[in-house]
Amino acid sequence: MQVNSPTWGEPDNGAGDRLEAEFGAGVIIRRVEHRGELTLDIPVDRLLDVCRFLRDHEGYDLLSDVTAVDYLGYQGEVAGYWGGGSDGRDINHYSHSGKGAVPEAAGPKRFAVSTTLCKVMTVTDGNHRRLRVRVWLDEDESISTLISVYPSADFHEREAFDLMGITFEGHPNLRRILMPDDWGGHPQRKDYPIGGEPVQFSDEV
Amino acid sequence: MATTEPRIWPKQKVLQPTPSELYPSSDNPDLLEINLGPNHPSTHGVLRVVTTLDGEIVVGLKCEVGYVHTGIEKNIEQKTYWKAIPYVPRMDYLSFFSGETAFCMATEKALELEVPRRAEWIRVLFQELARLHSHLVFLGTGSVDLGGIALLFYCFRARDEVLDLFEMVCGARMHPRYCQVGGVAEDLPKGFEAICRKFIPFMRNQLDQYDELIAANPIWLGRTKGVGVLSPEFAMQMGLTGPNLRASGVPYDLRSANGGYGAYRELDYTPVVEQGGDVHARFRIRIEEMRASVDLIEKVLDGMPGGPIIADDRKVVLPPRHELHTSMESLIHHFKLVTEGFTVPAGEVYAPIESARGEFGFHLIADGGPKPWRVRLRSPSLVLLQSLAALCEGVYLADLIAILASIDPVLGDVDR
Repeated sequence: MQVNSPTWGEPDNGAGDRLEAEFGAGVIIRRVEHRGELTLDIPVDRLLDVCRFLRDHEGYDLLSDVTAVDYLGYQGEVAGYWGGGSDGRDINHYSHSGKGAVPEAAGPKRFAVSTTLCKVMTVTDGNHRRLRVRVWLDEDESISTLISVYPSADFHEREAFDLMGITFEGHPNLRRILMPDDWGGHPQRKDYPIGGEPVQFSDEV
Repeated sequence: MATTEPRIWPKQKVLQPTPSELYPSSDNPDLLEINLGPNHPSTHGVLRVVTTLDGEIVVGLKCEVGYVHTGIEKNIEQKTYWKAIPYVPRMDYLSFFSGETAFCMATEKALELEVPRRAEWIRVLFQELARLHSHLVFLGTGSVDLGGIALLFYCFRARDEVLDLFEMVCGARMHPRYCQVGGVAEDLPKGFEAICRKFIPFMRNQLDQYDELIAANPIWLGRTKGVGVLSPEFAMQMGLTGPNLRASGVPYDLRSANGGYGAYRELDYTPVVEQGGDVHARFRIRIEEMRASVDLIEKVLDGMPGGPIIADDRKVVLPPRHELHTSMESLIHHFKLVTEGFTVPAGEVYAPIESARGEFGFHLIADGGPKPWRVRLRSPSLVLLQSLAALCEGVYLADLIAILASIDPVLGDVDR
């Protein structure tokens, strides 16, 4: 049975232990192991310290990915949706067919930002391990940018800001990357209306 | 292949304050700001490079992307898992089969579904064919950017042969949707192996010809040698993976790291490495990788195991067509799978594979329902585009074109 993921290596629980030894037991809120992948949930304000420690002392030299996830209504029965009419979308209008209420966020908080790290050049035992560091945020919270530790976080963070509306403090160039500069709302949020799409650039001048 | 002499790499610094953008430092009133693209053939798609020039020297650069953003991630959230598969190869449209495989692998990982051995081998065969396809387009269009048009026609002739093989197996030349959760959609057709075997010596011969066309060409060497040198440490900082990283001497390849994934575990692949780190090395490594791909294809054809091509899990995999006429149960399974889809246990998985331009990963967040809660595509092109500004500091405008061609971004993959 192919359960263990070869592209992830062994779950790096040792790194988690050393993180706790360095920063105290509160630095890891919980460890999640799913399909051979280890995820460390950490407090929002420790992200930069933890990543710097992982890079300098644990050898995680490649930032593989930054993913922002909106857990609004996760695993719930979402009967309604944020919809739009023929004249365009309305971000504040929630449509439902009588039974749907506005879904609650299911995670500890609404958003999660996962950072997947990988060992590439520092590997001595032939085991390229991966590790995921995850922080949870509410809508009004922001996290610090990872650019000073991993410069390649630049576009990833701009994308998370553009599509999910996560604010990265200290990012020198936090502007939209994929959507037009004057776009309203953040399309990958779960409360962003589907449908009612106005035709772009068709306004009469 | 690789030279063994130690290399002194240039000391590259991450640009400040934004790593992906280069700002002109002087207030010289004669600076000229030009737009390369979005409709410029050398940008290989719709990329706009805002370039500030001091004479012919690049002193400022920033990439504007997003012109072909189609919201594939958001679209996949509205689709059941196997209806989402056709979306994926439309992103990286040159290395299309890698995308399908990565998505299916992520789903299989979340399902803990075992894939039959033959299916894994067939997947490797087509991943390598897609890599050949991508590198051929890279080499052809890249040489046009450098002013040599002959190579384009050679490369596109060979590319057509690759596409013929895809057409034979699934009917479509690009975007085959041949990979299926649990295996592949159909077995190899009769006569495929013979044609594929004929393709191998043809391709080797072609690669030798490409080599002859460029290896000793003084104009080619003058345009590529020592241009856009990328040190391994800097490549690591900027998150580069794939051929661009290996051209700087780092032997990191997901096909061999930790033993590899899928059937690569049985094939003992050794990564191809070049030492130069410049445009020349990045062109060379693609040619050498194509040779390695052809070797792999031959190895796969020699050792292709028999057996089923798709897993036998009726909750996930469509039942064989002929059973629908005789078995009520199969009909029900078929109906349920097509209308509702299958459910995937809640959890977060990230499955990366080695596509033609680096680590291509699917970060899949499942909520236990028939549709993915969130899919994030870690596209290599978006990441490697960030290093363009640092590589182009102080080079000639014509070298910018060469550097951009050599790092090989695909704009469908950047914008998704």
